[in-house]
Formats: sequence, structure tokens, C-alpha cells
Amino acid sequence: MMGPVLILGGRSDIGLAAAHALAKRGHPVQLAARNVQSLSAEKADIELRYNVAVSLHEFDALDVAGHEGFVDGLDVLPQIVVCAVGVLGHQAEDQRDVEAAAQVMRANFEGPASVLAVLANRFEARGSGTLVGISSVAGDRGRATNYIYGAAKAGFTAYLSGLRNRLAKKGVHVVTVLPGFVATRMTDGLDLPPKLTAEPAEVGEAIALAVEKKRNVIYVKPIWWLVMAVIRNIPEAVFKGLKL
Amino acid sequence: MMLSGWGRFPYQNCRVTKPTTEAEIAARIAEGRLIARGNGRAYGDSALSTTNTVDMRRFNRMIAFNGNSGQLVVEAGVLLSEVIATFLPRGWFPAVTPGTKFVTIGGMVAADVHGKNHHRDGSFGAFVDWIDLMGADGVVRRCAPDVEPELFHWTLGGMGLTGVILRVAFRLRPVETAYIRQTTIAAANLDDAMDVFEANQDATYSVAWIDCLSKGASLGRSLVMLGEHASPRDMGYPKRNTPYLVPVKRKLAVPMDAPAFALNTLAVRAFNAVYYRQGLKKAGTELVDWDGYFYPLDGIENWNRIYGRRGFMQFQCALPLANSATGMRALLEAISASGQGSFLAVLKRFGVQSGHFSFPMEGYTLALDFPVNAKTLALMAELDRLTVQNGGRFYLAKDSRMTPYTLRQADPERVAAFVKMRAETKAGAAFSSAQSERLGL
Repeated sequence: MMGPVLILGGRSDIGLAAAHALAKRGHPVQLAARNVQSLSAEKADIELRYNVAVSLHEFDALDVAGHEGFVDGLDVLPQIVVCAVGVLGHQAEDQRDVEAAAQVMRANFEGPASVLAVLANRFEARGSGTLVGISSVAGDRGRATNYIYGAAKAGFTAYLSGLRNRLAKKGVHVVTVLPGFVATRMTDGLDLPPKLTAEPAEVGEAIALAVEKKRNVIYVKPIWWLVMAVIRNIPEAVFKGLKL
Repeated sequence: MMLSGWGRFPYQNCRVTKPTTEAEIAARIAEGRLIARGNGRAYGDSALSTTNTVDMRRFNRMIAFNGNSGQLVVEAGVLLSEVIATFLPRGWFPAVTPGTKFVTIGGMVAADVHGKNHHRDGSFGAFVDWIDLMGADGVVRRCAPDVEPELFHWTLGGMGLTGVILRVAFRLRPVETAYIRQTTIAAANLDDAMDVFEANQDATYSVAWIDCLSKGASLGRSLVMLGEHASPRDMGYPKRNTPYLVPVKRKLAVPMDAPAFALNTLAVRAFNAVYYRQGLKKAGTELVDWDGYFYPLDGIENWNRIYGRRGFMQFQCALPLANSATGMRALLEAISASGQGSFLAVLKRFGVQSGHFSFPMEGYTLALDFPVNAKTLALMAELDRLTVQNGGRFYLAKDSRMTPYTLRQADPERVAAFVKMRAETKAGAAFSSAQSERLGL
């Protein structure tokens, strides 16, 4: 009997794709999101396709005070957690509006870090489990066009790295996913290059494989490793003059 | 964005939106000239609208399945491949399937697709219990054979021009294994092939690959392939214990556009000759898995690239039974005389067909594909003429270049009634594709 997978951000395209890929392998699913009852069609779809149980759990990533209670309220402590919480924000507005910027940072870093902290402690006590965090290549280097989102993701990437280091000897594995461009509702309307852009289902499969093979950090499309290696290695004196 | 059908001809610069909610679809409908697009497997311009193409693939949830009746309810953007992946292991298979599994269920309704069992079971529409359709007014109506039957029968085969198909309830058929018992019969010419079809009317599946470059006494030489769902008894041990399991095959892919010369007449002629001889050798009965039997081309990713950058056109007509022998002969003579061979030439017996605008009719159908060039365009105009002359009609899911005049010659009453229905329901202004505008539908 396979343990359940908890999807934090169960409405997101990547979260749902991960739910499909893991349900296909036999894991029951716990979908957690705000206004979660509106995910009943997704619940029925996953149950029908994979013959696994799907439960819905009300969850607000920004309500950090409620995260202990949220985890207590789960019927079973999951075997796998996929944290797909996040918002892209609007750089141009966010750099002028401190409160808007703070929201982006909370949604992409503070909230995810808080709920994963609770789950990490429970997993550590149990001595097993896998935590998957969806971070972003935008966190690899700050760029003028999305550094608020990027900074939050950089924080999240560092957080996941630290958790992995802390829990490596405790039977708990941590996966960092850097999806690159993904054709989701979040990126609708952006002009993404097809060769660098993954479908959500590809990301879902990559997550399930990374869990199975205990990968540490994955880029969904391998080309992204190269792209980011180049971007990271541009000297700052040159980088600051680039339009990226 | 630049968009085409599977034939990669024509390309048009289309405004595409990808809604998530029904309210968004209603808002798009209000803008007019909308066409819903599924997985882009119609060959021509059926799912292109320069101003308002709506990608339905976010409506891809399965809703319910009844394990007694085999009825499955899905949103329109669910792929047939997903239905098979989900339900074949539980002993169910689509009652009607086209030649690719990468179609959406909404697209299957819009084109009222047919399969190798049409002579016995009819088209997909015969297994559709109801359709939820959003009309020009943004209101969702459930139509079925006994509820809003007019809307139901116009929507089957209506090419998305009656409204946006949101949900479909259709029946699967129970199967005991994932395999087909295939019997291949070599037919020396067209008459032989049609005799084989007529003698095997009770076969579940029948289809013929036809060598459209052969001439004279061997005009229309064919390999007729009959199929039955295999039972576990047909399978040896240990396969019999896992009757729904098919070993994973390596997927081939066409990595780039083939150059134009790759598919010249010589190559096609050689391929056809070799294929026929291979077929003669393996004539007899063998066990073939479902994927290889129903979807041989799905095994080659992007096979539509073999015709090169300029793309290709499909031609598919159906002729009434009474004119099938003479009509098919005339079509094949025109093709072989032109020397424009088709890699994929398919002949099939159709059975009786219901519906207001569905393509099939009792008789025979011929399907071909050709690279896009001046010679093949001229040939296809000639094939149009011969089809009309023999009382036949055309499959809109494959068309990219027919004239409105040809369509009306072939099908005057049905076309007039469809245009009238669209005007009365206001669907005419709300829904249109590049194809419907070209054909004046």
C-alpha cells in the first residue's frame, strides 16, 4: 500500500500534473488549496483515472499561524509532499508597491517554507518521507524583469537545500524542482520559446521520477541546466548591463 | 500564432485563447466567429479561426464511468489516448475509433468519426448518449437522441459549427484482451477487394490498404485486413495471464521536414510494391496489439513531416453502394494515370449511416494523401468531379481546399439545411472556421 501524496497548491497546473503522475503510480492524493471544494471535478477525474482515493483539504499558504493545525487536520501524514504554491507577480508594479512585493515574497517563500517546516519536523520524527519543492530558475540569478519573484524563489531554493542537508541522515529526502518555462495558466499570454517550454504533464512526470530515484535538484528540460550555467557565470560587471 | 491542421496546410495566423472556465468560453462566443479546437488532428482548416480559435484542451477531466453500461462522461478536451490508457486495463475499449488516438472526444463528435467497424456499427455518433453544447447565446444545452434531437443530430458531424461541445457521454465496448486477431487477404485488383469486403460483412473490423499506382488488370490491388477482438484463448502462455498488457514499444520520430524529393513517384511506387509483396507473404492470421492495429501511424511521432515543409492534403470521399464499383474504378484510374501516388491509400466498406451532416454513407470510401503542389491540386479537382458524378460526398475533417460549389453539387439538400439551421439558431455568426467560411457553411 503506497502512502498518500499531499499537493500544496492543488489548483496549480504543476501541482495537479504531479498529482496525476503520482496517482498513476498508485499513491492516494490529498489536494490542498484555498476554496478547495471547487476542486471536486479534479478529485473525480483523478479517482476515475487511477482508482485511488482523493481527499480535499482547505489550505492557505499565507496563513502561517494555521499551518500546524492544517497538518494536524490531515487524516494521514503523507508519504510525499509536493509544494506547488506560488505566484508570478507583476514586476513593474511590485517594484513600486512594497505591499504587493511582500505578497509575492510571502506566497513564494514565507508560506511554502512555513508549511514545509511543519511537515519536515513530522517527517523527521517519523524517519521517512519525501518533500518536493517547486522553485524556479528565476532564483538562480536576479534579473531586472523579475527579481522580486526571483529573490523569493532564491530563498526557497536555499531553504530546500538546507532542509535536504539537515534531513539527509534522517530518512527524509528533499527534491528541488526548477521547471524553467511551463505552459500553464500562470504564463498564459507570455511569449515563451517552444524549445525551452515544458507542458505541465512533463513536469509532473519529472517530479514522480525524481521522487522514485531520489534526485536532489532537477531541471525539467535538460537544456535549462546549460542555460542557467551560462547565465550564472556571466561576470556581474557584464551582467548588470544586459537586458534580460 | 501561426496555426495549421495536421496536414500542415494551410497555415494561418490565428488568435488563440485557452480558457479554463465556461464563463470564459461564453465571453469568447459573444465575440463571434469562434471555432473550438481540440488536439489539431483534423487535416485541413476545420479548427482554424483567424480571429477566435478556442483551444479546449484545458477541459480535460473525466467525469464519470458506469461499469455496467460502459458509459463514460468526459469533458470535450480529453484525448482518446487517455480514455484507452485508463479503461483498456479494466476491459473497455472505444466502440468506434479513428486512425489516430490523439484526438479529443469533442473532435470525435464534431467530425462524427468512423472506424474500421463502420460497416457493422456505424459512426462514433451511434455510441454518443448525450452532448452538452454551449450555443450562440452562451447557454449550455444537453442534447441527446430524444432531447433536442435536431441539435444533437446537427452537432454530430457539424464540425463545431453548432456550438462549443463541452461534455460528452458515450459508450465503450467490453473487450477481453488488448489484442486483435488480424487476417490479411491479398486482393489482385479492385473487384477482388470489393468481393472480399462483401463476403466479410460480418467481420468486426475491415479495411484495405490499396496500391493506387497499379494499373490495368491489377488496378486497385489491395491487402484487405480483417480484425476481431482476440480472446485470452487466442493468446499463448504466459501472455494469456495478462491479457490487457502490451509491451512498451520504442517510438519512432520524424525529426525534421523531409525534403520535397524524398516522396517522389518512384519512392512511392517502390514502397507500394514492397508493401504489397510483404503483405502477400504474411497473408493469413496473426495477433496484433491494439496500438499497432488501430494506430500504426501514431507510433511515428510527427509523421506529418514526411511530406516536407509545404505540407500535404488529404482526399476522402464516400460513394453510394450502387456506384461504388464504377466510381472507385474511375477514381483509381485517374490517380494511377496521374502518377501521383499516395503512401496511405485506404479503401473501406461503409454501412448505413444516420445523422444530419455526418460524412459516411452506405457504400465505399477511399482516403488518400498527397503533397501540396500544382499537379496534385489538379488531380484532386478531377477526383472531386468524379465523386460528384458518382453521387458521393466528402469528409470535411480531411478537406483543406474544396470549393463551395463542389460541396453544394455533392450535397445540396444537407448543405442548404445546415446553413438554414445555423442561421435560425444564430450559430452562423457565432461559430465559424476558416473551412466554414471557405465553403460558405
